[in-house]
Amino acid sequence: MPKLPKLPAPPMPAALREPPPRPGDPNGKKGPLDEAMEAGITVVDWVDERTSLSGAGRWLMFRKVPKGTNWFYTLGSATMFAFLSQAVTGVFLAMYYRPDPSGGAYESIRYVTNEVFLGQFVRGMHKWGSSVMVILVFLHMGRTFFFGAYKYPRELNWVIGVVLLILTMTMSFTGYLLPFDQRAYWATIVGVNINGTGPLVGPYLSDFLRGGSEFGATTLSRFYAIHMLLVPGLLAALIGAHLYLVAKLGTTAPPWQKAEAPKELREAEV
Amino acid sequence: MNKQQKEEYLREYALLKAKGKPFFPYAVAKDGAMACVVMVVIIAMSLILGAELGSKANPTTTTYVPRPEWYFFFLFEVLRVIKPPSLVPLATIGVPTLAMILLFLLPFYDRGPERRPERRPIATLTGIAVIGAMAFLTYQGANAGSPTAIETPTPPRILHAGGALLSEYEAGKKAVAQSGCLACHKIGENGNSGPGPNLTKIADRLPRQAIARTLVNPTAPMPSFKNLPPAKFNQIVTFLAQSK
Repeated sequence: MPKLPKLPAPPMPAALREPPPRPGDPNGKKGPLDEAMEAGITVVDWVDERTSLSGAGRWLMFRKVPKGTNWFYTLGSATMFAFLSQAVTGVFLAMYYRPDPSGGAYESIRYVTNEVFLGQFVRGMHKWGSSVMVILVFLHMGRTFFFGAYKYPRELNWVIGVVLLILTMTMSFTGYLLPFDQRAYWATIVGVNINGTGPLVGPYLSDFLRGGSEFGATTLSRFYAIHMLLVPGLLAALIGAHLYLVAKLGTTAPPWQKAEAPKELREAEV
Repeated sequence: MNKQQKEEYLREYALLKAKGKPFFPYAVAKDGAMACVVMVVIIAMSLILGAELGSKANPTTTTYVPRPEWYFFFLFEVLRVIKPPSLVPLATIGVPTLAMILLFLLPFYDRGPERRPERRPIATLTGIAVIGAMAFLTYQGANAGSPTAIETPTPPRILHAGGALLSEYEAGKKAVAQSGCLACHKIGENGNSGPGPNLTKIADRLPRQAIARTLVNPTAPMPSFKNLPPAKFNQIVTFLAQSK
């Protein structure tokens, strides 16, 4: 195989650069630790030669974040973390859940809550995690609004964010029915009826949610599919797009942060 | 923003960014700390508040007052505050849809270059007002009563008639109180005034058959009561048909 020309690596921050070997070191000898490190580097190189992912990784991780960003700027990643927590706890709940309105759904949740090891704990995390996620979404949106961070050139990211807000609300609405207790059932009936009062599409939307004109057996499996497959997939994809745009356009600086022009450009001194 | 303002912003931002620190490890460390806080909060809520499971869903129940999750309380309250039936679609869909459209299009009608909150008073004050209104509506929705008793006196003409009508009327009064009607309707001094109409003198407006029809096939968001046992259904109809 002909030798491929090597591209120059993008710059790394000084703190992360490996120091060159000192002249006094016995660099001929290699311990098992060195060999393990070598093996790791070889594997990463092998993958990188075929995917060229390291450039993207460096672009994502070593991009600069402007001066003055503070704790308010962690709300977005905290929201994503809450989503990941919901995804993980949701997978464990799905291992036990049966979308069967004639008693199976309620019985499976009762079983998770009362019998399964740590079942009540995981269900509690999923239940309260949804509240935490909704609160974080609103806080993140408040930060974006008051800091004017939705303005040029980040308009599209705001629009994606609003879609993510609606999807989060859809998740909590569809998830509310799944335990199939009294509270879940009656709140969902009223919720679906509220949808039905909407102009034009309202009645069709209600029929779609119920899976017919009556609240019946298909309604629960429909809510289950929306809650488990449709909306989480959309959420994950749009979170990816949201993050890509953040990395592409850069994190906003706080609005009161003013850049000092470089010396050579200052008018008084020219 | 015109072209000059856009370029000014991009130049300013490039200068700020050049002076910043790399995302890894500085921002990642902060995000990680915040993620730990979120995790601790979720675990603590799960351990302290638990996950209770109510009794099994029962479509024929007559004693349940539906409540949404707390973060939908503000919508619930908008529905309760707007009373006239002709305006109900406005409350259920009109206001939230309008709010959503305004939210979607925010970057397209607020195009000024200014970003500091104190220098764009309209946006900042509107934001604070919206948050305040949502907090207030959530609080009101959380405290909305869900009464389960009607304390109107039985009218003398029914007491006078006695017999089957009296017992049917009394049973109906109890059934209405326990069927969650008062969450949305007012009867005498009991219940919430909205979103549903006041039922104190409903019989003046609707004949008995119309009341029964409405209960079977109601205007949304009211749930249908056709799954009730027929005896109970008739009691409710009798009570309402005598409310004049």
